[in-house]
Amino acid sequence: MSKINETFVKGAWNEQVNVRDFVQKNITPYDGDSSFLCGPTDRTKKLWDICLEAIKEETANNGVRSIDPEVVSSITSHEAGYIQKDLELIVGLQTDELLKRAMKPYGGIAVVEKACREQGLEVSDRVKDIFRNYAKTHNDGVFDVYTEEIRKYRSLGFLTGLPDNYARGRIIGDYRRLALYGIDRLVEAKKADLVNLLGPMSDDKIRLREEVAEQIKALIQIKELGNKYGLDLSRPAESAQEAVQWVYMAYLAAVKEQDGAAMSLGNVSSFLDIYMEYDLAQGNITEELAQEFIDQFVMKLRVVRHLRMNAYNEIFAGDPTWVTEAIGGKLMDGRHKITKTSYRFLQTLYNLGPSPEPNMTVLWSNSLPENFKAFCAQVSIDTSSIQYENDDLMTQTRNSDDYGIACCVSFQEIGKHIQFFGARTNLAKALLLAINGGRCEMSGKLIVEGIPPLKSDKLDFDEVMANYKIAMKEVARVYNESMNIIHYMHDKYYYEKAQMAFVDTNPRVNLAYGMAGLSIVADSLSAIKHANVTVVRNEEGLSSEFLIDGEFPCYGNDDDRVDNLAVDVSTHFNQLLSGLQVYKNAEPTMSILTITSNVVYGLKTGATPDGRAKGVPFAPGANPMHGRDKNGAIASLNSVAKLDYKNALDGISNTFSIIPKSLGADAETRSENLVTMMDAYFSKDAHHLNVNVLNRELLEDAMENPNEYPQLTIRVSGYAVNFVRLTREQQLEVISRSFHSNM
Amino acid sequence: MLRVHSIESLGTYDGPGIRLVIFLQGCNFKCLYCANADTITAKGGSETTVEELVSMANNQKAFFGKKGGVTFSGGEPLLQAKQLVPVVKALKEAGFHICIDTNGSLLNDDVKAVLEHTDIVLLDVKHINNEKHQLLTGKKNDNTLAFIDYLRSIDKPVWLRYVLVPGYSDDPEHLHQLGQHFQNFHNIEKLEIQPYHELGAHKYEHMGWEYKLKHVKANTPEQLDAAYAILKKYFKDVVIN
Repeated sequence: MSKINETFVKGAWNEQVNVRDFVQKNITPYDGDSSFLCGPTDRTKKLWDICLEAIKEETANNGVRSIDPEVVSSITSHEAGYIQKDLELIVGLQTDELLKRAMKPYGGIAVVEKACREQGLEVSDRVKDIFRNYAKTHNDGVFDVYTEEIRKYRSLGFLTGLPDNYARGRIIGDYRRLALYGIDRLVEAKKADLVNLLGPMSDDKIRLREEVAEQIKALIQIKELGNKYGLDLSRPAESAQEAVQWVYMAYLAAVKEQDGAAMSLGNVSSFLDIYMEYDLAQGNITEELAQEFIDQFVMKLRVVRHLRMNAYNEIFAGDPTWVTEAIGGKLMDGRHKITKTSYRFLQTLYNLGPSPEPNMTVLWSNSLPENFKAFCAQVSIDTSSIQYENDDLMTQTRNSDDYGIACCVSFQEIGKHIQFFGARTNLAKALLLAINGGRCEMSGKLIVEGIPPLKSDKLDFDEVMANYKIAMKEVARVYNESMNIIHYMHDKYYYEKAQMAFVDTNPRVNLAYGMAGLSIVADSLSAIKHANVTVVRNEEGLSSEFLIDGEFPCYGNDDDRVDNLAVDVSTHFNQLLSGLQVYKNAEPTMSILTITSNVVYGLKTGATPDGRAKGVPFAPGANPMHGRDKNGAIASLNSVAKLDYKNALDGISNTFSIIPKSLGADAETRSENLVTMMDAYFSKDAHHLNVNVLNRELLEDAMENPNEYPQLTIRVSGYAVNFVRLTREQQLEVISRSFHSNM
Repeated sequence: MLRVHSIESLGTYDGPGIRLVIFLQGCNFKCLYCANADTITAKGGSETTVEELVSMANNQKAFFGKKGGVTFSGGEPLLQAKQLVPVVKALKEAGFHICIDTNGSLLNDDVKAVLEHTDIVLLDVKHINNEKHQLLTGKKNDNTLAFIDYLRSIDKPVWLRYVLVPGYSDDPEHLHQLGQHFQNFHNIEKLEIQPYHELGAHKYEHMGWEYKLKHVKANTPEQLDAAYAILKKYFKDVVIN
């Protein structure tokens, strides 16, 4: 037993790997205000200046500073790397150099080759030889078994962003375990699990035994990774600095081994606070140093990079890594989890300036301390870098108070639960199948059989709805088949051994499906129901335009006549997905979320019956369509709040943008009104809210003068981006969105 | 039935807290700078029932927090005072905080009944000088001054609102007169200076009207500060909206 662990309140965590119990027994909830916080130290400023300079070079060099085309990344592939060694209190980089990106070809060698070539580099002959001729990748596996039908759905844009040529991500390791237990103890526990995994040797059992064996190897490699930096990770952390360092090493191992789309951090702040409190009480550190540990940790998280090809940017714009950290929330026993380190994490947005990463997510409960709520509101107003999720709703519905947010908005119980990322399906395009006899409105190809041609081109609600249900059922079936294939192959060829080493053996799994285009579907159905809509068809008989005669209510105005259509469609589609058998007996969940793919979805979707023209971007996530929410921000929030979380357990994303003046005339009123709004929104069982407080003019200026806004951050669907890293189309789409203004 | 021009569900400038602001159609003034010129004509607006309005307020109740509520603005909401009475009565019974944003030109039994159910009157005084008032609004200010005397007699809390139009209503002499006239009204809780802006100008074009203040620019910070300094001598609570 380590010295520091002897001083903590004992409990089940001493006998078993159980970080939740440790946190419960030792946390010090903090009710005070933000006045204790410290600014950045000179060391921090110097280090961050070096990073900013490197980021500037990266931006100037087509978004990539350098690539290692020789060495395949693994936990131990690269020698120790530093920003500037003598200034670093928290060490570790993915490669031996700041912002140098490494190859992870297990997802697919062609993607790595393309990503390198786009930067004018060639993958080394040795690596090409290995991955083309000897080793099989996830991508190879998936395309070996994809059916013709799946390929068609994928290429025509009914299914988009499937993780079949990149790592699926979404899994969150309980990185706290490394700090609390050290490698040796964790290896011991995994070995004990392995001993008990006995016959009969079914496919499942064999696979699980192999997975645990891989995890043990990963743990041993992580110890070696520590050695490269002069850290003895075999034992538990003995101080606050070590606790931060150990947690970071565990996370670093994960992002060296995997390039998952989203690789969340979990909920480490309340855990780290326990060590901070100990060292502060002992007089071992000052508040300034405590803040410095967090500033430097966050700095490291901000420079995590993956090698991506340009096309990836269409779906996940702005080079995101989704180092999502969930802050706050409440314990089941009624205490809250706000600690001084919750504040310290948010303070990094001042000390280092605004940033999209780590993806700071406040778990909001109406009974959090008012001081903390006011601080969050102020940080949102100043930086537009925070998102909020409904802790009361998730804790009750999912029955856990120790969870993180996977990717953008998705609940994941830490260390007990993982999820398989499912990208999303385009339900607006699927609606057009109902109007075109099951044919794709763009290509004319037959997608779904058994949809009769419409009796009349003047659309009848019941007839369209009946056809739509046939289409949704088929889309759900094909979607499910693709998911089973993808996750089977990912486990086989690109298993996340480093992350899974920090997760219980045989955890529960969610399959996280997703849907896009909900607001367009709702408005289209509303138009068909409440106005007269006539299809205009091209020479091939495919819908090319819709003529609308009369008025119809639009989603986003707190009008049940249309909002209920959104609820009905999302519930129906979720139920269809829920009825299908999933790989590893995963529990199906669904999100209403788009990332930034709302732009590319729009491009791939013809004109829709709501009057949207062909190619026009969708609204992001569960947002109402731009400009159709006529009654102001709260009516819009009320519409989204009607969507049922129980039928979208993977999350319902709402991005809220408001100009500062609309929140009130002075700073105090603005912060107070924002707090009141969030309390109210979440009291209605709404799930998620991105908060942007910005002037449209500022974004327009940033488009023209990007060099002056290197850190301008804006929340999009479930994450945040550096605005200047978006493509011009995406920037224009963000600017065209509803900026709530009551002026 | 009320004739509603539009709705702002996140009102943060028309009374305390977050407010549901119902803009009613029709106005008896024709202010040169009106930002909602499309509310002036008596025709138009959509007919809305008491039930619809109460249900809207109920849906938003959580957002009102401790301070917010419902504000009727316009247009001149008291032009529809008769129809407004049952609405404010129902809202008051449901526990909502009510503000009326008015030019104070109408005072009849229906108006008095509306005021009974009103928590705060946001009273727009366009000008203290009668001729200037006439020039700006097309009407004299006698009724408005009598209106606030009535509000004082029934102890009704008032937030005075004053649009500061450069060259029209920002003369220091008139600002002093305004202060002197109202400084002893115990029921005036606050004075709000409303900076002039041209945001409504495009509506005039759309309606085929001439925008007569084309030459007037938005207030400079110095102009706002100067007005603030004068009015602060007379009122305890002065804010610039």
